[in-house]
Amino acid sequence: MGDFRKTGKGVIDTQQPVSFTFDGKSYSGFKGDTLASALLANGVHLMGRSFKYHRPRGPVGAGFEEPNALVTVTRGKGRMTPNLRATAIEIYEGMMASSQNRWPGLGFDIGAFNNTFSAFFPAGFYNKTFMWPKSFWDKVYEPFIRNMAGLGPAPTEVDPDVYGAVYGHCDILIIGSGPAGLAAALAAAKKDQRVILVDENVNMGGSLIGAGHVSIDEKSASDWVAKALKDLNKADNVVLMTRTSAIGYYHDNFVALAERLTDYIPEAQIGKTREKLHRIRAGKVILAQGAIERPLVFNGNDKPGVMLTSAAQTFLNKYGVAVGKEVAVFTAHDSAYSAAFELADSNVRIAAIIDAREGVSAELISAAEGRGIDVHIGSVISKTGGKKRVRSVEVYEPVHNTQKTIACDALLMSGGWTPSLHLWSQSKGSIKWDEAKGVYLPDLANENCVCIGSCNGDFGIKAALDAGSKAGGGRKVYKTDEPVFGSGQVFDHLPNYIKPSKTKAFVDFQNDVTDKDIKLAVREGFKSIEHVKRYTTNGMATDQGKLSNLNALEIAAKALGKQAPQVGLTTFRPPYTPTTFGTFCGYRTDDLFEVTRKTAIDPWAEAQGAVFEPVGIWRRAWYFPKAGEDMHAAVARECKATRDSLGIFDASTLGKIEVVGPDAAKFMNIMYTNPWSKLGVGACRYGLMLGENGYIYDDGVVGRIAEDRFHVTTTTGGAPRVYRHMEDYLQTEFPELDVWLTSTTEQWSVIALNGPNARKLIEPFVEGIDLSPEAFPHMNVREGKICGVPTRLFRVSFSGELGFEINVPSHYGRAVWETLFAAGEQFDITPYGTETMHVLRAEKGFIIIGQDTDGTVTPQDAGMSWIVSKKKKDFVGKRSLQRSDLVAEGRKQLIGLLTDDPKTVLEEGAHIVADPDQSIPMDMLGHVTSSYWSESLGKSIAMALVKDGFNRMGDDLYIPMEGGVTHKAKVVKPVFYDPKGERLNVV
Amino acid sequence: MKFSARSLFANALSGHENWPEQFPNKEPKKEYDVVIVGAGGHGLGAAYYLASKYGITNVAVVEKGWLGGGNTGRNTTIIRSNYLFDESARIYDHALDLWDGLSQELNYNVMYSKRGVLMLAHNVHDVQSFKRHVHANRLNGVDNVWLSPEECQKIVPFLDISQNRRYPVMGGAFQQRGGVARHDSVAWGYARGASKLGVDIIQNCKVIGIRRGADGAVEGVETEKGFIGAKKIGVSTAGNSSVLMEMAGLRFPLESYPLQALVSEPVKPIVPCVIMSNAVHAYISQSDKGELVIGAGTDQYTSYSQRGALHIVEHTIMSICEIFPIFRRMRMLRNWGGIVDVTPDRSPILGKTPVQGLYVNCGWGTGGFKATPGAADMLAYTIAHDAPHKINAPYNLDRFVGGRLIDEAAAAAVAH
Repeated sequence: MGDFRKTGKGVIDTQQPVSFTFDGKSYSGFKGDTLASALLANGVHLMGRSFKYHRPRGPVGAGFEEPNALVTVTRGKGRMTPNLRATAIEIYEGMMASSQNRWPGLGFDIGAFNNTFSAFFPAGFYNKTFMWPKSFWDKVYEPFIRNMAGLGPAPTEVDPDVYGAVYGHCDILIIGSGPAGLAAALAAAKKDQRVILVDENVNMGGSLIGAGHVSIDEKSASDWVAKALKDLNKADNVVLMTRTSAIGYYHDNFVALAERLTDYIPEAQIGKTREKLHRIRAGKVILAQGAIERPLVFNGNDKPGVMLTSAAQTFLNKYGVAVGKEVAVFTAHDSAYSAAFELADSNVRIAAIIDAREGVSAELISAAEGRGIDVHIGSVISKTGGKKRVRSVEVYEPVHNTQKTIACDALLMSGGWTPSLHLWSQSKGSIKWDEAKGVYLPDLANENCVCIGSCNGDFGIKAALDAGSKAGGGRKVYKTDEPVFGSGQVFDHLPNYIKPSKTKAFVDFQNDVTDKDIKLAVREGFKSIEHVKRYTTNGMATDQGKLSNLNALEIAAKALGKQAPQVGLTTFRPPYTPTTFGTFCGYRTDDLFEVTRKTAIDPWAEAQGAVFEPVGIWRRAWYFPKAGEDMHAAVARECKATRDSLGIFDASTLGKIEVVGPDAAKFMNIMYTNPWSKLGVGACRYGLMLGENGYIYDDGVVGRIAEDRFHVTTTTGGAPRVYRHMEDYLQTEFPELDVWLTSTTEQWSVIALNGPNARKLIEPFVEGIDLSPEAFPHMNVREGKICGVPTRLFRVSFSGELGFEINVPSHYGRAVWETLFAAGEQFDITPYGTETMHVLRAEKGFIIIGQDTDGTVTPQDAGMSWIVSKKKKDFVGKRSLQRSDLVAEGRKQLIGLLTDDPKTVLEEGAHIVADPDQSIPMDMLGHVTSSYWSESLGKSIAMALVKDGFNRMGDDLYIPMEGGVTHKAKVVKPVFYDPKGERLNVV
Repeated sequence: MKFSARSLFANALSGHENWPEQFPNKEPKKEYDVVIVGAGGHGLGAAYYLASKYGITNVAVVEKGWLGGGNTGRNTTIIRSNYLFDESARIYDHALDLWDGLSQELNYNVMYSKRGVLMLAHNVHDVQSFKRHVHANRLNGVDNVWLSPEECQKIVPFLDISQNRRYPVMGGAFQQRGGVARHDSVAWGYARGASKLGVDIIQNCKVIGIRRGADGAVEGVETEKGFIGAKKIGVSTAGNSSVLMEMAGLRFPLESYPLQALVSEPVKPIVPCVIMSNAVHAYISQSDKGELVIGAGTDQYTSYSQRGALHIVEHTIMSICEIFPIFRRMRMLRNWGGIVDVTPDRSPILGKTPVQGLYVNCGWGTGGFKATPGAADMLAYTIAHDAPHKINAPYNLDRFVGGRLIDEAAAAAVAH
């Protein structure tokens, strides 16, 4: 047992010793200990180094607000976690923790030289220096600053743990399980409400845990809590969640909870979800988060061994640990006395109580003296002794200007209490200043939300219990026996006889912000509290100002000559406590991040050894290399085979939307530039869609299946946005139209057959459709059967060859594909991927939306004026097309390019100029949008958007590349292959 | 007092008791030559350049809250100029030129760090689009180079370039001159610089009206502290620009969206530059303090509340962790929102307005910080000359009538 353990105190399990290491040294604690309590039980206070000055530090708190005692815990590959608060992590057998931000060690840290020269590093020092010589900033100063910065080590390996995320709903969400929260839950449980009660700690009960001096309804605090939890556990309508932090409060009572599930169990047991995000929508939120004690700002208040009074009380009551053998208490609030008495009653010697106030109740003083404790009224601590542990305090009595040194090995401080308003403020509830208590309190709610207990300024256990019962819908009035909570005095300045330049009184411990820094900020004109924060970094540490903000406010207000409420607080932001990235990811990592969509035919392509490319959220077969082929060779072969005989292509990813209803044609007329009313049933038409701004938005072939039914296809990437675009117009602009839209992308598998033998292949498999060219001309659609399954058979072509697109219900896709592929052997059928599809269409000059157009291209620019109806009264984008710039001369227009050297394939994205000899910045005419080697033509082909391109036919243009290489190319029409389209008519 | 290591040393010896105010807060005079509304980086910078470059020192900057408290103080501080279109390249590169040397010019270290911006390509479409940018930038004299996956990994050693990932790294575009700066210091540095040149900075003074004379020209601003006369008014109020423009009877094509960002707890240096991924839509850098600074796209709905929705945060973090799974164990320290003003082409409106004497600088959307010195200079130039500079001339309001849009996002169109 550690030297500082107190038998009979605490809720740890003394039957279960737990061994762990800190900085490589072995220690022993008990199950239920935090790392901090176990180290303190072993007499270790030095647990960390501060951010800027590398000052030795120990825990100042006992919970999640801890700014000082930050450690790194390692537990095998990928499971290194920096910046954990020693006061909030539970020890487990074999835990390996180490201190941070020190070198070579925690005891001797080179970085502490910053402390020696701290006079030169006040707030904002970096704004004032490191500017000369200029080049030193990049090369010397900043790298140096960066290397000094940071707390724990950066991760280097992938986290192997898994995380979860769920949604939840309840009538009442209660956050905090101290007396207020428990009483609220007890009352609400009886009202048949669905209740969730959460607490960030391991045990519920808050300040009641192990509180020896408290009784409730004639029971000890511990017994009352146990009974309350038993009742709540029994109730079907109550969910209790511990180790769960409420991290964020969003619109409409939407609260995020982060639950920790495995960090406290030994590594051998890992294998389940580490942390889980609960997104709770609550009817009502009850905030019972309590209050956080405020440090006092005095010279030497940061030494290991100096901590909050309430922290010492928690270490004693919860963990049975005395934080010292000879403890001094420095306070400005009555509540510290009862804490001191509790320690004294556990046989901890209280060296003295130093009270900064003049007026302290005689009752408290006599109670102290009754325990043999010296009380120094109207006195402050002017300095503390000791280096890596406080060894003494100097008590200064300003009125008589006397100093007295008292030996101690721990110093407790209490500057009063700060109600936790974080979540309340995140919910946009307003706050008001309470002059009597010297605190901000909740004022007007913005959501269905109440604050109860000490976070509402209702200090004391009875006040909290009664407020809890009321908030939970009950009327219970509790009877308690408890120490007087009392009141305190807020000091914006503690007197000292020592010159300010010789003192260091910390406000933000982690970031090493002193009272002088805050005064300096004000002196330099940083008068808003947000400015003070940003200039000094006060409140920006990992505790986000939980311990420092109110002290900073008081000091800044005094420096500004204002009252605290005139200065105000900085904005509270989520998360309440730092939260693991993985928790926000939940299960959506790796393959589940954005699940790759695959077609029904995808496994076949994979088995054939296809190379895939991601397209939008799909993956598509890119090309099908045979042994020894690279992409170039494979694509050349696939192109040739398709043009010569027959190619087969999986086009299932094409977006599909079924547009149905009496007004379907009317709707199509509005959404597309071309007319649809006269399109016969069974006919297809290529459709072009514009955005409101007149630029090309999407395209695709549309078949009219019936008078009131269109089978619309979109680009692969465009499917979701085209659907949204249509719905948007249908619902907001043209709600009178009787039309329904259904996304059918995943309902159809689409097999594209291209090549002179396409008809011959399918003929034997098709039922109910006359495939003869006369009965089934190009750009038509028929319904019937293929391979015995229903099909919508399109005769269309994106290659210029005779082509069919066979739509079958998705689950038949692979079977039909395999049947056709087997039968296609006679025609040397060749599967091809997206790259060949691109080459074939480019040879024909067919555009790809998003590649040859980019959201700044009109139909006219793309050479597609023919598709824009002049007769239609309206369609989306029509008005914009008439804007002056859209009809101006010299716009960028889509043209073809043939390189001087036919073997040179231009780089897509390369820019084009008329004069390659001009100096930079060059006058650029446009860029290459598509560029391929055309095996069929034996030369390279390219398409490009070029200023005034239509008027440059036959001109030579230049493409200056890196390293002085310049390509020359001639402007041509962008149709390179079979310009008359004769190949579509092969019989 | 000039800032230097020497003055810092000297002041240390006197306990830092003698530093003067960096930007005294003034009460408004009756009238100024120019009133700038909005004390963000852009507004303060405009006041500074009016005084320093264009000789107009009788200037006030009027701010409803505290200076630097809007988007200047809540962005992810990324600076780059590798934009596609000539118009964008010119203005952002002008800004970049001014960033380089800003600390020295202002005698205020704004910590502009040229650590580079790497944009990762994850699919064929990204590759095409980024190469288009690289080629355009090269011929425009903007530094930006294409890197292979291996070259990307040389810059970012922890980058996983294996090709079996959901979003494999297929290369990247790297701009070395890009980087970050300390956002608050930019506002403070300009404020101090402007103050020294005689500009009055008036905080906590909300503008509630714009007064116009019989001829329609502006006469000044109505504020909470009374009327302030001015023949010229420059409005640089980001998310509140449409509100201000309405005071002058103008409807502006702006929509305001929340944009969120977040930081992790600080750790030792690991992220060497700014890394962006358009495919998953998130970006990351590491501050000099050690925090990972992470951002993404705007929330989907228009709003003036400076907070956003949880699912955006979730998606941002999971996107970063998808590209960099080693960060999954890091913890989010703070998440906040700002309001960005977005035009139909997501490029700014910077120049004259139909109202005589009223000038505007707005619509920077999610990209305003990087443009700060450039935008500020152009606003100052336009006010001083009552005519736009050739760099900002394309950013006129008329383009939404004529259709001469500068649509960078559309140019990076979605995959086929």
